[in-house]
Amino acid sequence: MNIYVLLKKTFDTEEKISVAGGTIEDEGAEFIINPYDEYAVEEAITQRDAHGGEVTVVTVGDEDSEKQLRTALAMGADKAVLINTEEDLDEGDSFTTVKILEAYFEDKEVDLILAGNVAIDEASGQVGPRLAELLGFPYVTTITNLDIKDETVTIEKDVEGDVEIIETSLPLLVTCQQGLNEPRYPSLPGIMKAKKKPLEELEIDDLDLDEEDVEAKTKTIDIYLPPEKEAGRVLEGEISDQVSELVSLLKNEKKVL
Amino acid sequence: MSDKYIVISEVRDGELRHVSFEAIAAAKEINADAEIVGVVVGDGSLESLAKELIYYGADRVISVSHEKLKTYTSEGYGQSIMAIINDENPAGIIMGHTSIGKDLSPKLASKLETGLISDAVAIEKDDDQPVFIRPIYSGKAFEKKIITNGITFVTIRPNNISALEKDESRSGDIETKNVDIADIRTIVKDVVRKASKGVDLSEANVIIAGGRGVKSEDGFKPLYELAEVLGGAVGASRGACDAEYCDYALQIGQTGKVVTPDLYIAVGISGAIQHLAGMSNSKVIVAINKDPEANIFNIADYGIVGDLFEVIPLLIEEFKKVK
Ligand SMILES: Cc1cc2nc3c(=O)[nH]c(=O)nc-3n(C[C@H](O)[C@H](O)[C@H](O)COP(=O)(O)OP(=O)(O)OC[C@H]3O[C@@H](n4cnc5c(N)ncnc54)[C@H](O)[C@@H]3O)c2cc1C
Ligand SMILES: Cc1cc2nc3c(=O)[nH]c(=O)nc-3n(C[C@H](O)[C@H](O)[C@H](O)COP(=O)(O)OP(=O)(O)OC[C@H]3O[C@@H](n4cnc5c(N)ncnc54)[C@H](O)[C@@H]3O)c2cc1C
Repeated sequence: MNIYVLLKKTFDTEEKISVAGGTIEDEGAEFIINPYDEYAVEEAITQRDAHGGEVTVVTVGDEDSEKQLRTALAMGADKAVLINTEEDLDEGDSFTTVKILEAYFEDKEVDLILAGNVAIDEASGQVGPRLAELLGFPYVTTITNLDIKDETVTIEKDVEGDVEIIETSLPLLVTCQQGLNEPRYPSLPGIMKAKKKPLEELEIDDLDLDEEDVEAKTKTIDIYLPPEKEAGRVLEGEISDQVSELVSLLKNEKKVL
Repeated sequence: MSDKYIVISEVRDGELRHVSFEAIAAAKEINADAEIVGVVVGDGSLESLAKELIYYGADRVISVSHEKLKTYTSEGYGQSIMAIINDENPAGIIMGHTSIGKDLSPKLASKLETGLISDAVAIEKDDDQPVFIRPIYSGKAFEKKIITNGITFVTIRPNNISALEKDESRSGDIETKNVDIADIRTIVKDVVRKASKGVDLSEANVIIAGGRGVKSEDGFKPLYELAEVLGGAVGASRGACDAEYCDYALQIGQTGKVVTPDLYIAVGISGAIQHLAGMSNSKVIVAINKDPEANIFNIADYGIVGDLFEVIPLLIEEFKKVK
């Protein structure tokens, strides 16, 4: 099976976020593999081990994205592809990313593409379904189980807590939800091996794309932090007095009752 | 009347989800003079739902009824709604950022080769240009986004944009459209319903959420009692769901439901970033936790440091007095 994983490098949102001049300060910030893409990498490896084939991890990013790709290789992916837009593009949105991915997949034999259901930074959740549509693939989002038997693919999909059992076939694109699996940590031998695994670097020119082909359809005009919340009040005194005070605050001050 | 906006409604258990009405209001915020065309798809008669959309501000409604639309699939819904979009040629499309909205909107945007702004919580106007505000970085920051090219396609987070007042004197044209639906490649074989009927957490005004600190399924009982007193719903953290104290349908957070109630009471929840991503926009947050250092206190308006098993029964009594 030819299995592909779409991987995004994201800002670790557990870290403190600072904003300057309408953009996120990423100088010195910690970048990680988007957590939902870790589920995708893990699932890809498991499916490959069960059915044979190869796992290729693809990212649209910059030079620094190599780090996350190497981590995926260390987990067990076979090959990585970095589509580096640093030199060619200043701006982009989901449309841009998907146009680039579409061009990349144009001449590929694909059985399965796994993506994250959402990236924790920009969090639009658009990339997977958008790409599936352009490639003409069926897709299932937020999956929590994937079972491939011959021609039939059976999926459990999380729908706001309900579970849908879906039957479909390859080629297919899925987006991964928490609960699908437990991503492995890269092992030391895995990390050593990853250094020698193939990592192909492409630019949009290699995909026969110009800047105009991928011009974004949306634009971010400002980024800001929410207004500093007044420090919350931790109530004091006897628990029963705290409880009465809380109820009175909710009723009289916040007027939410 | 100039521009036309399509509002794609969503039906659950035979009723329209409230976010459908909020989407109508959002379209009006984008352009007060626009013609609002409601869209409802499903199986069987959709007439009463169509009327409901009109009461909430739609000028007319197009419905598509087909046996293949009984349960949502991106292909079935996609084909029906694309047929409508092609006929109507709208200036914009609005729908809820729900499970269905998240699944369907990128497909439509891709097909239409347009931009899409997902998960907007507010709309501002800069002259005539609508500016959409959306949370990013797990809710730690916000961005303002505009469409620079093509139609205005937006999904809105439930419970953030107020619906218009329901007005049963309104009337409008209801058109039934026939659509041929080609083969669907993703077949829904079964739906295992976990969420109890009638409660839609994303629409609740009061939520009592329990975490691992609640310690057992039984431990959730007082939370249900409190919710009942307040006319609210019960939610949970991932920790509580993983420990099987309650069902995953109650999970709030990045991988669960995203909620914006007027009052959120977090009980025995530590306040992990993935949990906060689903509730930090709540209007008033109360935290009850025995650990004074718990992160949840950093975003709470009011906190009680104490044992939840002591605090909750007292709270129930106290709320009963004022309700
Ligand atoms: C030069 C350039 C500049 C850009 N600038 C911005 C910007 O300022 N603001 C902005 O919002 N976006 C920008 N983008 C697009 C951005 O990189 C994302 O692809 C896009 O915003 C979608 O992000 P998301 O967080 O909404 O992803 P989601 O759609 O939430 O991601 C879902 C899944 O799609 C896959 N995926 C998403 N992005 C990528 C990727 N880059 N490579 C491989 N797989 C991916 C992953 O599997 C991910 O889990 C830019 C793109 C380019 C090429
Ligand atoms: C990719 C990813 C996605 C995730 N998505 C989500 C998500 O959508 N939603 C979510 O919630 N989590 C999510 N998580 C998990 C999250 O990181 C936390 O593990 C989880 O939220 C912890 O749940 P908790 O607060 O109930 O448990 P804990 O962190 O164990 O906290 C329990 C709290 O209860 C308090 N407590 C204990 N006993 C008492 C008592 N008697 N009285 C009062 N207080 C008491 C303790 O002081 C503690 O603060 C996700 C994680 C990952 C990696």
